[in-house]
Amino acid sequence: MAKYILKRLGLMVLTLWAVVTVTFFMMRAIPGDPLAGMARSLPEQTKANYYAKYGLDKPLFEQYLIYLKNMVRGDLGESLQFPGRSVTDTILETSPVSAAVGGIALCIGLILGVGAGILAALQKNKWPDYIVMFIAILGITIPVFVLASLLQYLFAVKLQLLPTSGWGEPKHMVLPVIVLSFSTIATYARYIKSSMLDTLGQDYVLTARAKGLSEFQVVSRHVMRNSLLPAITILAGRIVGIFTGAFVTERMFSIPGIGFYYVSSINNNDYTMILGTTVFYAALFIVVQFIVDFIYTLVDPRIRIVPDKN
Amino acid sequence: MDKILEVKDLRVSFNTYAGEVKAVRGVSFELSPGETLAFVGESGCGKTVTAKALMRLLQPPFAVIKEGSSVRFEGTEVMDMDKKALRAYRGNDVSMIFQDPMTSLNPTMTCGKQIMESLILHKGLTKEQAREEAIETLRLVKIPDPEKRVDEYPHQMSGGMRQRVMIAIALSCQPKVLIADEPTTALDVTIQAQIIDLLRELRDKLNVAIILVTHDLGVVANFADRIQVMYAGQVVERGTAHEIFYESRHPYTWALLNSVPKLGSEIKQELYSLGGTPPDLLLPLECCPFAARCEYCMPICREKNPAEEKLSATHGCACWLLHPNAPKVKTFQERLAEQK
Repeated sequence: MAKYILKRLGLMVLTLWAVVTVTFFMMRAIPGDPLAGMARSLPEQTKANYYAKYGLDKPLFEQYLIYLKNMVRGDLGESLQFPGRSVTDTILETSPVSAAVGGIALCIGLILGVGAGILAALQKNKWPDYIVMFIAILGITIPVFVLASLLQYLFAVKLQLLPTSGWGEPKHMVLPVIVLSFSTIATYARYIKSSMLDTLGQDYVLTARAKGLSEFQVVSRHVMRNSLLPAITILAGRIVGIFTGAFVTERMFSIPGIGFYYVSSINNNDYTMILGTTVFYAALFIVVQFIVDFIYTLVDPRIRIVPDKN
Repeated sequence: MDKILEVKDLRVSFNTYAGEVKAVRGVSFELSPGETLAFVGESGCGKTVTAKALMRLLQPPFAVIKEGSSVRFEGTEVMDMDKKALRAYRGNDVSMIFQDPMTSLNPTMTCGKQIMESLILHKGLTKEQAREEAIETLRLVKIPDPEKRVDEYPHQMSGGMRQRVMIAIALSCQPKVLIADEPTTALDVTIQAQIIDLLRELRDKLNVAIILVTHDLGVVANFADRIQVMYAGQVVERGTAHEIFYESRHPYTWALLNSVPKLGSEIKQELYSLGGTPPDLLLPLECCPFAARCEYCMPICREKNPAEEKLSATHGCACWLLHPNAPKVKTFQERLAEQK
């Protein structure tokens, strides 16, 4: 067990390094630099000072090594766009905001999505199934910004029940949470439905019925666990999706989350910010994936890690 | 002796997009306590559907047991049972084991729990009692080291062992009837023999009646008391094992017997196989269903389905060859004797 975890940790570090390296060089291959917007109006000397201050005058490979060295120490550099702000601090300040909205949205999305999927599977080809699938298709096809604007128009402008945007009070979270959870509901409803139907057709379900179990017992004991297992796989993507999916949503509702800063840093060629947030996302994804794999070994006996004999 | 199971005019249809497939067309039979009855026939002749219908395990609305079908267990009509009565009947009075042990067990539940489930349900045992009972049942089906195996998952066991676990689940509540739906088909030959031996031993020990569904006459030969040969959802011939093997009268039974490899036959000799395929069950069948493939087919065979004729108290056969006006043909057994 310990051996497996160590091996996984080693691989995680390796993956993270690969992400940093690729992002670093790809980002620098993009034409323009942080001063591109105002370059023409600045004197040469000022530019040179600026580059020297952030170490941008050094050869590219040296910059890369310096960045790696600082990163290991937990220092992701200073934002170029907002001088004086460290990237690490920005991430630490903004990610809890994203996690709050996204976490609530994911929980709601999971509960409703799984519930709707189970309902649709058990009521296959009846009206609950049709309604769930209709909503699911809406959830997958309607773009986030359309849904967000529609909700803002309806609840903020017309009904004047909720604020259009802003941050700080619970009422600010209602619309973003609805928007964010909608696609999770849709994805999970469809996934769980097909997974349930698949499980219901398995031979062991027939065995369970032949034992004399009631339909409720058959579903709760034999169908549920086996059909929810594959759904854990897509959980990793959804957890990171809390943040990535929030790029647009956070902008639309002016939520000071990490997605908001990520997008603006890309627009401004804020090298350190782009790298910092990318590293953060990558690390998050890798860790979440590891946790999901670990959960798998706990809930599915078939992929339980065999303990070392010695 | 009273019959434990009486089936009368059982008809099952499947509703498909192409139309109504009449999979079982008026099957009747009886089963005495402790007796072994085998359903024999090729694939798609309604053996498994008949077996599942006995426990009402077919899923509506796709599969429908037709009005007028009757299955009586110890005098109680199974078709009229409500949900509660049906649950008490399934697994407790009649239980079933399936063809493929690799997929018939829940992969995420320990074998012990899967056995305990029926014990808790039908016998009202506590978890601890059920666990003890499950270990005993595993010992009964000859799983080595049952105290350890009881906590193992199906994937930790071989195919033969899993089928033993299936048998343990089925027999845990001491049912009066065990339906074994091709219990050895998915297993390799040496394991097949072990499973059949085990079933025979348990039958004698627990006095359970067995309905064995199979397409392998070799398996049936020294296991079944009575055999009913099925074709296109009907019983074409029935009798004791002796009557079917040595005195059979239906050309389909002869064809089945002929396609069993014989120990004495020459190596180069090609094994007999019956040409053609069973009739399309979507179509109405007014004629004898076997007419198209029968080497003794007469004009009447293509017009009317023969009724079952009683040849002895146990032996019945539905074939126009038995009619007094039909030409006399040599039976399979007579031809076999001639060859020797």
